[in-house]
Amino acid sequence: MDKIRFQVLAGTHTGYRLLLWLLIILIGIGLIAAHHMESQGHWVTGMDNRVVWGLPHVFAIFLILSASGALNTASISSVFGGSDYQPLARLSGLLAVTLLTGGLAVLVLDLGRPDRLVVAMTYYNFSSVFAWNVFLYTGFVLVVLIYLWVMMTPQMRGYVRSVGMVALIWRLILTSGTGAIFGFLVARDAYDTAIMAPLFILMSLSLGMAVFWVSTLTLCRWNGYLLSPELSGKLRRLSALFILGVLYLVALHHLTNLYMAHHQGIERFLLVDGGVYPWLFWLGFVLCGGIVPVWWFLDRRFSTPAWTVTAALMVIVGGLCHLYVTIIGGQAYPLRLVSGYRVDSGFYDGEITHYLPSLPELALGIGGVSLALLMIVVAVRILPFLPTVTGSLPGSNQG
Amino acid sequence: MTNPENKPRRRFLGRTGAGTALLALAPGVRLVDLVLAKDEDEPASDETRWGLLVDANRCTTGCRACVSACEDEHALAKTGRNRLDPQWIRKVELVDESNDRSLSIPLMCQHCEDPPCVEVCPTGASFKRADGMVLVDKHTCIGCRYCMMACPFNARSFVHEEVTGQKSYSPRGKGTVESCTLCVHRVDNDRTPACVESCAVDGHGALAFGDLNDAESTVSKTARSQPHRELRPDLALNTGVRYRGV
Ligand code: SF4
Ligand code: SF4
Repeated sequence: MDKIRFQVLAGTHTGYRLLLWLLIILIGIGLIAAHHMESQGHWVTGMDNRVVWGLPHVFAIFLILSASGALNTASISSVFGGSDYQPLARLSGLLAVTLLTGGLAVLVLDLGRPDRLVVAMTYYNFSSVFAWNVFLYTGFVLVVLIYLWVMMTPQMRGYVRSVGMVALIWRLILTSGTGAIFGFLVARDAYDTAIMAPLFILMSLSLGMAVFWVSTLTLCRWNGYLLSPELSGKLRRLSALFILGVLYLVALHHLTNLYMAHHQGIERFLLVDGGVYPWLFWLGFVLCGGIVPVWWFLDRRFSTPAWTVTAALMVIVGGLCHLYVTIIGGQAYPLRLVSGYRVDSGFYDGEITHYLPSLPELALGIGGVSLALLMIVVAVRILPFLPTVTGSLPGSNQG
Repeated sequence: MTNPENKPRRRFLGRTGAGTALLALAPGVRLVDLVLAKDEDEPASDETRWGLLVDANRCTTGCRACVSACEDEHALAKTGRNRLDPQWIRKVELVDESNDRSLSIPLMCQHCEDPPCVEVCPTGASFKRADGMVLVDKHTCIGCRYCMMACPFNARSFVHEEVTGQKSYSPRGKGTVESCTLCVHRVDNDRTPACVESCAVDGHGALAFGDLNDAESTVSKTARSQPHRELRPDLALNTGVRYRGV
């Protein structure tokens, strides 16, 4: 069997340099947008007192979920003995750290008072799942950094499995914690369900794989590395499985909601007559982000890297649509203020809130994604993350 | 975690000379200090549970006396963008789903005994005082808006832009969240909240304020003798604001 070696990204592709500059520009624009939002106040965004979490949160939660899911390959490699996944384990860890950092940057920069980050780090309310997430997120970055170090240091090989196990458990808790942020909102019909945590775990697995496909195939192509057909096949089936899992849980979520009398309004709104939300749900998430990529991942005719990347990109777009519907649609629908009463008129009570994301919000979200990508493309130039030969290593368990 | 209830009590707002104290402290005044500072020897006590009883039968459609009084008291200026205006108290028109009867009620922070906003707040900026008032410490609020997501009544507002002309006893700040303080600065000086006062002055008397734990208080007596309810009893929040005739 071939021995796997890792190397830094060789040569300076024109594509690479263009990408680098593009990312730097996008991050710059994101920072300007964040500064604008902070100095002017949030009136420059589409958010208001009803839709209080907007597009930045869609991006942030997307990045956080993907971060956890991107670690799949490393976990399989070192915890579940999937030695043929080993060539990609380091990249997988790198993605986890960078995506999470990008997501956190967006979350922090969207705060009303981003300058009070220190307050957030020093004052904790331990009954708040949000506060716990601060620990989970920072801890995750730390754990994965250690994991990467262990993977990259020959003398530390013996610890790969145990550190990998810690990272695996950590990320499952982290994604449940992210789901629990919504699960705690008991008064909001859209989120008031125990399915939120498992759903977020599955979304993270599926989104993480999608981001992993796009970045890995691109980087490996630059580096002249070809995924073995077996490994590629396994990962494609895994991706399909995760997407199906998400579709299943989403179906379960909506079906149970339909049986709850009070939740029928929100269900109708999100799935049937809520304007942009049903479109995003059915076309964006179910069709583009679900059925089609599952088909492409399972059908051998679509097994070329180009198709795989396309399918993965569709999962990403579908995931963003899904998060948009969940996060924003869930707030746009009015609360039941008083049991037994309809709110007839009032200052924006009992009405659907029309949220239109503003440019600064979009720029901030894209800036966060760009930050994650920039960290990846720079890291692979500095440290040996990329595998150089293909092939599987039976019996090896060191990834 | 901060627990404002454990902080040293400071005499900012003594019963006498409160005005001078306020002027002197205005620039760096902390709401959390204000609310704790009833008197050095007289901290907010859990023997008291401040509450409001709203009589929907007396509240009339179109009347906004309580809303205006609140806006004046706390200098809640309009932003020029309706959707972003601060709403510490608002009027809501309701229609009974069973018989189409309509009524009008003021809606503000319900000062929940188990407040979801306090439970979720990451920094502890949202807190409940021993006497049941739910408040926001403007100095530790990071503006994450999680409390707004959690509040079942949309009772909180986010300050979307720079504020001017704020009152020293009611600090506000861009990028932080705010809501009804039950006029803590008045209550700690043995006065009633501005909305209650204005409703009485206008002759409606739809709002009664007092100590729910004090059997002799008017609110307690009325609450005992007349049926009343929480707006969302299913959520078991045990709110400090109760409604009659709803
Ligand atoms: S009404 Fe809303 S803001 Fe007021 S205590 Fe209850 S949850 Fe908190
Ligand atoms: S916006 Fe402020 S008060 Fe509300 S949860 Fe966040 S930190 Fe707490």
